[in-house]
Amino acid sequence: MKIKRQKDFYSGLLFAIAGAAFAIGATTYNVGTAARMGPGYFPLLLGSMLGVLGLVVAANSLRAHAEPNTVGAIAWKPLLLVIGANLTFGVLLGGISWLHLPALGLVVAIYALVVIAAMAGSQFSLKSALVLATVLAIGSYITFIIGLSLQFQVWPTFITG
Amino acid sequence: MDQLIQHLSLGFETAFTLQNLMYAFIGCLLGTMIGVLPGIGPTATIAMLLPATYALPPVAALIALAGIYYGSQYGGSTTAILVNLPGEAASVVTTLDGHQMAKQGRGGPALAAAGLGSFFAGCVGTLILAAFAPPLTELAFKFGPAEYFSLMVLGLIGAVVLASGSLLKAICMIFLGLLIGLIGTDVNSGVARYAFDVPELTDGVSFIAVAMGIFGYGEIIANLAKPEQERDVSVAKVSHLWPTGEDFRRMFPAVLRGTALGSTLGILPGGGSLLSSFASYTLEKKMPLRAGEPALGTGNIRGVAGPESANNAGAQTSFIPMLTLGIPGNPVMALMVGAMTIHNIQPGPQVMSSNPELFWGLIASMWIGNAMLIILNLPLIGVWIKLLSIPYRWLFPSIVLFCAIGVYSTNNNTFDIWMVGLFGIIGYVFHKLECEPAPLLLGLILGPMMEENLRRALLLSRGNWGELVTRPISAGLLVAAAMLLVVVLSPAVRSKREEAFVDED
Repeated sequence: MKIKRQKDFYSGLLFAIAGAAFAIGATTYNVGTAARMGPGYFPLLLGSMLGVLGLVVAANSLRAHAEPNTVGAIAWKPLLLVIGANLTFGVLLGGISWLHLPALGLVVAIYALVVIAAMAGSQFSLKSALVLATVLAIGSYITFIIGLSLQFQVWPTFITG
Repeated sequence: MDQLIQHLSLGFETAFTLQNLMYAFIGCLLGTMIGVLPGIGPTATIAMLLPATYALPPVAALIALAGIYYGSQYGGSTTAILVNLPGEAASVVTTLDGHQMAKQGRGGPALAAAGLGSFFAGCVGTLILAAFAPPLTELAFKFGPAEYFSLMVLGLIGAVVLASGSLLKAICMIFLGLLIGLIGTDVNSGVARYAFDVPELTDGVSFIAVAMGIFGYGEIIANLAKPEQERDVSVAKVSHLWPTGEDFRRMFPAVLRGTALGSTLGILPGGGSLLSSFASYTLEKKMPLRAGEPALGTGNIRGVAGPESANNAGAQTSFIPMLTLGIPGNPVMALMVGAMTIHNIQPGPQVMSSNPELFWGLIASMWIGNAMLIILNLPLIGVWIKLLSIPYRWLFPSIVLFCAIGVYSTNNNTFDIWMVGLFGIIGYVFHKLECEPAPLLLGLILGPMMEENLRRALLLSRGNWGELVTRPISAGLLVAAAMLLVVVLSPAVRSKREEAFVDED
């Protein structure tokens, strides 16, 4: 069987799985009755409805006269780099205690995020990424640390001690 | 009438302190600055700047956020007119005639028409808001849990009707949003639902992380995936700004019509700027052309003035359900509800009596914000044009950074950074599968509220679901929701709706 509307088929499938997962999860809590709704009641209701609706969406996509569409290529490069930049920022800013990674602070994290994210663009130049990072680091320091006095660790732990 | 003046004077007293004026100004400035950047709509702008307002007192924070909202909307129109790049769905119609005008060298008058029209609509919208809020609040106090539940159903259905693309998928997105909203500790039983023993998840999923991930990161990834030339920005030149007398004569009735339409539609649940601007454009298209007037779509000033006024009037009056009932009608209002909750203000009918300064101060600051936009934008247009030409390769790393810093500062916890990354991936998946994310955000905010009201309603009726349809107000709201669905699903409206949204892609 050929899937006519891939976008609808996969989103329907996704909704059905998410709905089922929430509904199954809900049964592990006390469901209760309508008069005394337990913590599981509402999620069970919503999850089952989402599951059914998801299946309807998926089934609709198989209809013969459905206008075909395809999901198309996944943009792995920007996806991985943008999300990777974000994660690296978190790791450098806060450190990970169970891996014994020390927090390196805001400035190092900004440079890492900007350079990694900039690689997602079509023309990457390390020099201009570093310039942008410097501008943003100074700007962030002025607005967030001095201006809004947010509590950030600015420099690596081993420098400030 | 006396009371209205009394309320407004209390509001202006609150808003006219040096500090609050400054925050309104900064809000408008920042909002416009970020709003003009191509591809960033008001939702993303507010989500990005929300954490910056945590440290402020509640009144100042809301005033600043309202300023950011108007600013980003105005900035979005500038981009729509000059570069043909709508930052959000509501400014799509502005591009139709606005960009045509800009191409003919009349970008200045188009910008002025958008600005003046918005200002006029903003003034009217503020007055309507001030006049209608007290009676609606009275009504809201009569609402029991059953009515609230039905109202939320109506609000969510209203939001879905406006989503472009498949209605069924939009309903699924609501359900998904509601379910994600339920993650965390259940207020009634204290059970941590779907938390998987992660302590941070017992507080629930941060709506800021969801908004930034889906509207910020998801969009960026999708933008970067497009081929270079589609992103390349060429800015139309602006020579003179002021419209001619002929322009004024043409735009004035359009502004009036747009304002009337926008203020009405904005109050409706799910309404707001998007519906208003589309409806206004359709109306302007129906109006007969005067002699010598270019057709709509080929650079008619009415096509800019009407929708822009409607969009701003709708933006004002969409505050009414949010402020009086605590129910957000669109994603921007959902973020405002979130902001109020962060400042320990539970949005709802009690805000007006318990925090009158905040309530009326916010309303007064809306007018001030609109006035500031006019003062700010017409002279500063050159600066905004400069901002428009910032290449995307500098822009997007900065947005990623602001999102990451912003979300971290919410709780000073790196967990939120992981969440924003996760929702960035989910946002890209939604983009790929053409699932409109706005209903999800509404569901996310409304999830716990809906559950709580349903729980109370069913407790009072001893488990009888029929109570929802036998109580008159509740039944009326549900009937309205059902009618909305029927209308949208009817074949005639369906094809019209698809037509209206066709330009969005």
